[in-house]
Amino acid sequence: MNKSLNKIIGFLFVSSLCITGCGADDTQTVATFTSLVAEDNFDVDGQIDTSFWNFDIGDGSEQGIPGWGNNELQFYTDRTENVTVENGFLLITARQEDFNGAQYTSARLQTQGKIQQQYGRFEARIRLPFGKGMWPAFWLLGDDSDGNIWPQIGEIDIMENTGDAPTEIFGTVHGPGYSGANSISKTYTFQDSRVDTDFHIYGIEWGPDYINYYVDDVLYYQMTPKVLAEETNGEGEWVFNDRPFYIILNLAVGGNLPGPPNAETVFPQTMVVDYVRVYENIETNSTN
Amino acid sequence: MKNRKHINVKTIFSLTLVLILLSSCERELSDEAVFATFPNTAEIYTDSPVGLTDEFFRSFDPALGANPEAFGTDDNVAFEGNSSIRIDVPAPNDPNGNFVGGIFLDRGEGRNLTEYTALTFWARASITASIGLVGFGTDFEENKFAVERRNIPLSTDWRKYIVPIPDPSKLVQEKGMFVFSAGGLDIIDSEPNGNEIGFTFWMDELRFENLSTIAQLRPAIFSGEDLTEQGFTGTILPVVGLEATFNAPSGENITVLPAPRYFDFSSSDTNVAFVNELGLIEIVGEGTTTITGQLDGVLAQGSLNLEVLGSFVGAETPPVRDPGDVISIFSDAYTSVTNLNFAIFNDPNVQVQTQSFNGDQIVTYDNLGFVGLGWDGTNDVSGMTHLHVDVQLTSSTNPALTVELIDFGADNADGGGDDTGGGFVVPSSDLTEGTWVGIDIPINAFTQATGGGFSGSPNLNNIARVAFISNGSSFIIDNIYFYRE
Repeated sequence: MNKSLNKIIGFLFVSSLCITGCGADDTQTVATFTSLVAEDNFDVDGQIDTSFWNFDIGDGSEQGIPGWGNNELQFYTDRTENVTVENGFLLITARQEDFNGAQYTSARLQTQGKIQQQYGRFEARIRLPFGKGMWPAFWLLGDDSDGNIWPQIGEIDIMENTGDAPTEIFGTVHGPGYSGANSISKTYTFQDSRVDTDFHIYGIEWGPDYINYYVDDVLYYQMTPKVLAEETNGEGEWVFNDRPFYIILNLAVGGNLPGPPNAETVFPQTMVVDYVRVYENIETNSTN
Repeated sequence: MKNRKHINVKTIFSLTLVLILLSSCERELSDEAVFATFPNTAEIYTDSPVGLTDEFFRSFDPALGANPEAFGTDDNVAFEGNSSIRIDVPAPNDPNGNFVGGIFLDRGEGRNLTEYTALTFWARASITASIGLVGFGTDFEENKFAVERRNIPLSTDWRKYIVPIPDPSKLVQEKGMFVFSAGGLDIIDSEPNGNEIGFTFWMDELRFENLSTIAQLRPAIFSGEDLTEQGFTGTILPVVGLEATFNAPSGENITVLPAPRYFDFSSSDTNVAFVNELGLIEIVGEGTTTITGQLDGVLAQGSLNLEVLGSFVGAETPPVRDPGDVISIFSDAYTSVTNLNFAIFNDPNVQVQTQSFNGDQIVTYDNLGFVGLGWDGTNDVSGMTHLHVDVQLTSSTNPALTVELIDFGADNADGGGDDTGGGFVVPSSDLTEGTWVGIDIPINAFTQATGGGFSGSPNLNNIARVAFISNGSSFIIDNIYFYRE
């Protein structure tokens, strides 16, 4: 087993001992980059900050990937029914309605060309929807303005969940040789909490040759070129030292991963985002 | 070390004294009433019963078929520890009773369960079968806060089962710790007809738990339907279809059936009707009101829009007849068949309800597609001249009604190749909303082929069913009888 993973596990163990031993004030240090460079706290009701966010509209056909590459069922819009800010929260709402040939509507926001960065810390505080077919995600894509295409540009999924597993989220990386169904993923399971009733902080801290995944005060995964090599029999190419990445927040409905909603799925469903923050590591980010 | 420990104990002891002193000070200073609180013991059965009555298991009434011998414990099987509850579900022909079920009661005055969110236990079975009912709150007294979860499937491996508590704040003094009921497994036809087989299941680690992973309460009344019905002043209707659906940590939805006392019901016009804590709607005046409900502050899906036009006017009382001139299916004026079932078969949407007014029972079929009435035995009506039915249409648009007879043939049994049936179409011009109509159908007029596949003109020696077929119209029915002039 990877040495640094061992370290993490050891650290986790010590930390949980500490929590039991000396109370909940002692929390694990999961992130060290503290220089805030961008944030959206969704403070202005009824308004999405377009200096931060772009909307992706449609079913992916215009982008050449109908169903957004995953046979997803929703049509993304920028209507307030699907995306708005209320009471200091971003609300992305999936609805069941006939719209431009789709059965569902929802929203997808991204920051390409506006907020993008190589390395650093990306985190968001989110309460997720629930029910079969829900597929919310907080993720990063490599900037493709140099003409490179996915998966060469890389994808870092900070948090994904399927609505039929209300105590589980997973973090994933995609790159050449390890994309789509062959991506490399780690599941985190909440022991005494749920994703749809409680807000949780989902984040990564990313530097040269590593991506640390955390949830609240728990570091649960470290991705490195060595882990990648082990997972891909040496075939996978580390593409996370190459370029800036931008942020995507979306709530998909159906698709290859969660499967379609069923009769028990309750609509509408809302993904509630308290904030999105981006930090840099003064050492590594400044040497870019 | 020993000495030190001793000192610690001393310190604790003096601290306790101080606390006692403090609290007794508090008592002298305050006149506030101190509410009794009951123990919050979570465990019900671990390796032995915890805080239950000495008899441990109280069976349902053996006179109704409950088999008290089927309950026991097993020291060779356990999920944890060294013992579990063992239930040997009887076969239908077991002389001691054909099902097993009963309750566990708290041995004291009841427990405070307000800090828990669910009853949980582990179970496994000798075969993949199911338990018809598990729950809590049944105490064989008022069953005030009874909660039932129906038909949980069992595996041959240990699995954990959850019965969510709809609103824990209600359970300040609960005696009913556990209720279950199980019958034989039917691998052939899902009909309770004697071909079921017995099996064994085990339950262990039965307790109340504070699971914070049960969420998304969605209550329902009237099974989540928005209904419209007509009511009559001076009558009482139950709020039916009470449900509470939760999402379990597995992502699975769990629906339990809570007692009415978990809900807060309301009526939009209490001059028309109000709802008591037993979930009974008392109709007191004319007008329209909407009945809704809440559970733990969450609005329940489903409602009843009640239209009250006044007090109920019954159908005309049938004339006095010589008993030999009448074969009555449903009438308070004559001696009728026994064990009448008002819906021995029916479409899934019809709502069937019986009510009594001044000793006269009527049956209502709202949103009727089809319904069949059945009873014990069969009747030879070949000597009769007519079938009489009193009908009041209660819906407004384009009514349709066909009355059918089904004869079971010489074998006196459903099926067997000798069944016959036929229908009579009631002219829709005869049906008037809000008015009783007496329909007298000549006994040989049931000539129409039926939706069930019979070709019409049934035999009349072994009549077993009267059926009503409609197009979603609603009716009140009374006085169904054969007679001769």
